[in-house]
Amino acid sequence: MKHKTFFWFILPTFLAMLIFIFLPIISVVLQSIHTPHENVLITVENCDPFGCKKVTSIDHEATKKLNQSDPLGKFVGLDIYFDRGHLAIEKFKLIWNNSENIFSFIKSLSNLPFYKAVFFTLTFTFTVTPTMLLLGLLIALGVNSISKKLRGIVIFFSLLPMIVTPLIGSIILFWMIDSRGIIGNLIQWLFDDPNLSLKASTTLTWIMLIVYGVWHAIPFSFIVFYAGLQTVPKDQLESAKIDGANKFEEVIYIIIPHLMPLITFVTLMQLMDNFRVFEPIVGFSAEAHATSLSWIIFNDLGGETRQLSAAATSSILTIIGVIILLSPVLLRTWKDFKFKK
Amino acid sequence: MKKTTSDRFSILIYSFIIIWVFLASFPFLWTFWGSFKVELDFFSISDWYNAVTGKNTFDTYNSQFTGAGYEGAWVQEEFWRSFVNSAIVCFFVVLTSLTIGTLGAYALSRSNYKYTFWLLITALIFRAMPPITLVAGYLPPFFEWNIWGILPTTIIVLVSINQPFTLWMLHSFFQNIPKELDESAKVDGCSQFQAFRHVIIPVMWPGVVTTGLFSFLLAYNDFAVTAMLLSDENRTMIPKIAAFLGTTYTEGNVMFAVAAVVSATVPLFILVMFFQKKIVSGLTQGAVKG
Repeated sequence: MKHKTFFWFILPTFLAMLIFIFLPIISVVLQSIHTPHENVLITVENCDPFGCKKVTSIDHEATKKLNQSDPLGKFVGLDIYFDRGHLAIEKFKLIWNNSENIFSFIKSLSNLPFYKAVFFTLTFTFTVTPTMLLLGLLIALGVNSISKKLRGIVIFFSLLPMIVTPLIGSIILFWMIDSRGIIGNLIQWLFDDPNLSLKASTTLTWIMLIVYGVWHAIPFSFIVFYAGLQTVPKDQLESAKIDGANKFEEVIYIIIPHLMPLITFVTLMQLMDNFRVFEPIVGFSAEAHATSLSWIIFNDLGGETRQLSAAATSSILTIIGVIILLSPVLLRTWKDFKFKK
Repeated sequence: MKKTTSDRFSILIYSFIIIWVFLASFPFLWTFWGSFKVELDFFSISDWYNAVTGKNTFDTYNSQFTGAGYEGAWVQEEFWRSFVNSAIVCFFVVLTSLTIGTLGAYALSRSNYKYTFWLLITALIFRAMPPITLVAGYLPPFFEWNIWGILPTTIIVLVSINQPFTLWMLHSFFQNIPKELDESAKVDGCSQFQAFRHVIIPVMWPGVVTTGLFSFLLAYNDFAVTAMLLSDENRTMIPKIAAFLGTTYTEGNVMFAVAAVVSATVPLFILVMFFQKKIVSGLTQGAVKG
């Protein structure tokens, strides 16, 4: 295709991504190194019959002028990155020096809001991803060996946890695990403790969110692996059977190697999706016990105050996190590209 | 002897699958059933079995089912506005995404220059970024130009956020359409656009429909961006439900929220029912190519 034709075809989508993805990133970077101007204060002496008083008030005129001449605000460099709400460098050093071992270090660190969110996000990402891979594979193997007539209906119901809006899915489960809901009741009955509530404990909240995450993500790996199983070469399976391999050995030595590219693909997509975990925290009203990076950004953006600088800084730190997470993949793609040249 | 072990094995498999299907579907069926009850049955302190039989519902309404929650949500709380907003947003997001995505993805699949590779890689990185990280960049200019809170702004933002995904998906579909098709049209004297118009468009629909389904889901399911960019009266269903959660608990109208949640799930049910094959093929598309 000629450069010129290519240009006209790609232009609309290119502009959309330039204006609404690339430029906002630049804007977020700029906002993260500026703070809003402080109000300009003036002191005037008001005199009345009872004497003179000095009154300090906001000079709206001057404040407005300052904001207009320099709309980004005051340049503060990396100060916001290092403040208490984000990397908290000073606290970090203090905790580092005062902690006896790695566990007490992590424990003290997780009292800081940003690190608390990082710990939950990473725990969520690295527990949900392997669990959903394993369970998805088992379900795919199971469905692949049941009667063909039943498979359609099984796939229909299997798709639901993934297709239904994450916020709605988590709200539905939240109502069921409520101490007056059916699962909440069941758990109280199982543990014989009428006051047991999943919402009250941090550990239980984390487990609940992770179980939700797995439930929501299983359909994806199941569907992809199920499609992959249809392409496993039959003759390989038969020759393995003749050589006396049992079902388990078949899976380990033939099916899993065959599915390897799909496993890589699902892992990659899941790492991306789980790293942005957010809706379940809102749905489960779990913010007292678990916060994530996306939740911090949302929380700063919302409400009356709209702390844009703080949100922008968390956004940049999140993007850096995503890049670190994806760096192995990006590096490999780049090497492939270099190799091709 | 051999037969019994394999029988036992298949019983194991069937029970495993039944458990999974139960786990996947029960929460939805339970909530659907419960949405026609009163709160005392849905959240049953005395006996969970009330939620099945609707004992308190019967005492109040003289029937085991009541549409009170739905009436409260749709009429009193005006959930229908959010439904209309969602419909408008989804329709225009799908339409615009597909139009500009098809043009772009077609060009990417038919060009072999180096910049094609870099455009696709950039799109992949954009795809990996959580959309919420961009919102801080949207707000100041949107407030400045007075375009915050309205549907068109949100539609354009959702279209742009979805472009990386749409481009990748359509790109792989177009790669499956043999290049010889449009090449031969060009030999016959068509321009590139005419070749696209007369040769590619008639054969691209399966891929476009599948991509459209996923664009729809992204727009329908979005919470973070729509909650931040829409004003209260322009809310789509998902942010509206989130707002419901806060207000209904205090006012004792939890059943309104339950009815709204079920209402917002029904379109997705229907979607899966009609497009199950398309969704499955869409999910595996990227993977099998990968």
